[in-house]
Amino acid sequence: MVAIPTTLVAVLILLPTLASVVLSFTSWNGIGGFDKIEFIGLKNYSDLINIYKPFWPAVSHNVIWLGFFLLIATPLGMFLAVLLDKNIRGTRFYQGALYMPVVLSLAIVGFIWQLIYAPEQGLLNNLLDRTAQGNQISWLGDPKLNLWAILVAASWRQVGYVMILYLAGLKSVDSSLREAASIDGASESQAFFRVVFPVMRPINLVILVITVIESLRAFDLAFITNKGLNGLELLSTLVTNNIIGETSRIGFGSAIAVVLLLVSVGPIIFYLFRAMREDNA
Amino acid sequence: MTPATGAAQLRIVNGGRARRLRRVALHAFLIFVSVLWLAPILWAVYTSLRPYADTGGDPRGYISFGGAYNLDNFIDSWTKGELVKYFVNTVVILVPAVVLVLLLASMMAFAVSRYSWRLNVALLMLFTAANLLPPQVIITPLFRIFLVPLGLPEFLSDNGRLYDQYLGITLIHVAFQLGFCTFVLSNYMKTIPKELNEAAVVDGAGVLTTYWSVILPLTRPALAALATLQVTWIYNDFFWALTLMNHGDKYPITSALNNLKGQFFTDYNLVAAGSIMIAIPTLVVFFALQKQFISGLTLGSTKG
Repeated sequence: MVAIPTTLVAVLILLPTLASVVLSFTSWNGIGGFDKIEFIGLKNYSDLINIYKPFWPAVSHNVIWLGFFLLIATPLGMFLAVLLDKNIRGTRFYQGALYMPVVLSLAIVGFIWQLIYAPEQGLLNNLLDRTAQGNQISWLGDPKLNLWAILVAASWRQVGYVMILYLAGLKSVDSSLREAASIDGASESQAFFRVVFPVMRPINLVILVITVIESLRAFDLAFITNKGLNGLELLSTLVTNNIIGETSRIGFGSAIAVVLLLVSVGPIIFYLFRAMREDNA
Repeated sequence: MTPATGAAQLRIVNGGRARRLRRVALHAFLIFVSVLWLAPILWAVYTSLRPYADTGGDPRGYISFGGAYNLDNFIDSWTKGELVKYFVNTVVILVPAVVLVLLLASMMAFAVSRYSWRLNVALLMLFTAANLLPPQVIITPLFRIFLVPLGLPEFLSDNGRLYDQYLGITLIHVAFQLGFCTFVLSNYMKTIPKELNEAAVVDGAGVLTTYWSVILPLTRPALAALATLQVTWIYNDFFWALTLMNHGDKYPITSALNNLKGQFFTDYNLVAAGSIMIAIPTLVVFFALQKQFISGLTLGSTKG
């Protein structure tokens, strides 16, 4: 009963995670047997940092992604949840509109936003009257713009996701707390920041962790747009391009994966301890 | 009426006006945001209904009215993109994956939530951690593991390996989603009174019977929510097939988008129609199974 699921997780997830760490110290192209594995110490890591050009852009793009989500998408989702938590007319329509993109795949989100960003046939350039050759804005092609363009598309989905989670959290807040605050003369925003927000601490933390993890997982949009090149490098696309490209460099690809692992481990452990502690309470 | 009550009344009237103004502002803001949010989808629908000749191939351009409105782009993208093939691939992966993940996760959840043994929490943590990892962390060694010849029977794998096989994609989905489902189901099962187990044992039921005919039926709402969520997530997955399959022909629909780009991007009307058709199964979830989908999401984050 426990053996099959545990074996699956152990063999297909745990083992590869550990293997990533071990292989990152080797030069192995994956061809030939395990006897061809040669340990080369930290060389992959020093190459990654010093020689491999896309590495630092990828790191900075992941950081920008996280910053954009933390400062814009997530707070906007929370703000909309707070507005929609009141019993106002039409709340179902508003919620529906915001939540619709959440069911879509990010790959489809990428396609739908191509209709907006395309240089000649896209909505945006048509609205701005910039469709003539030589006068076009290349939203997805220009490396100064494309990251921001796909961040807007990613946020289109993230805002609704955060809204759903936060709305569920708000519903669980005892309404007498808010009443008490308003009887004591607190304005609505005071009541929210001084009473509701602190009570929502567990949900706030979950949303924080989800935001961080989603930013580290960012992949589909960048890959469907241009395979994660030319302004859209992310740690996840670097790993992927290292194995599906012509050069399968298992050791080097693993080193990038380990960097991704190291930054993910913090939020994951934080989340686990929180979830399990609450569990036993 | 005394002056005092008059003043109070005046204040209420003013307060009422301010409140009404605030409410109008609130609705104006929410309508603005909702329209903004729906705009990309509405734009896709509008573009998909118009032939290229009336938009891209016409001085009128895309932001215009008039010309023909029809379903030609849908028919075109359906046949040009060979969407049937990819939809079938999706079903071949999706159905067994969802059934398996729910079956295995419910067994696991039953074991960790109904019986206490030492590794309980450790296993649960391991499972959940596995689900939170970015898939790219494991892909490099996983890719290599999938290439290992396992001598699998023909009906499971035509090359004896997991690589480039529906089986491989199904299994990795199951492994990856097990954590989340186990976590949600075990929380749900904990709310079922322990006495039910004991009663079942007194009645002579074994562990399996207790699981299958006592606990599982009571877990049905959580299973329905998770099934909805898993169908959406696995349907929407882009990554696994992209990296663990070699033949584009075998791709499920979402991964196939990467290759369909070339065929669709001759004109954006075709892109619009194709996107909408591929989004339809998830839009069905949005319209028909909203309650299950949302409760699945929130069960995971707020623990019901």
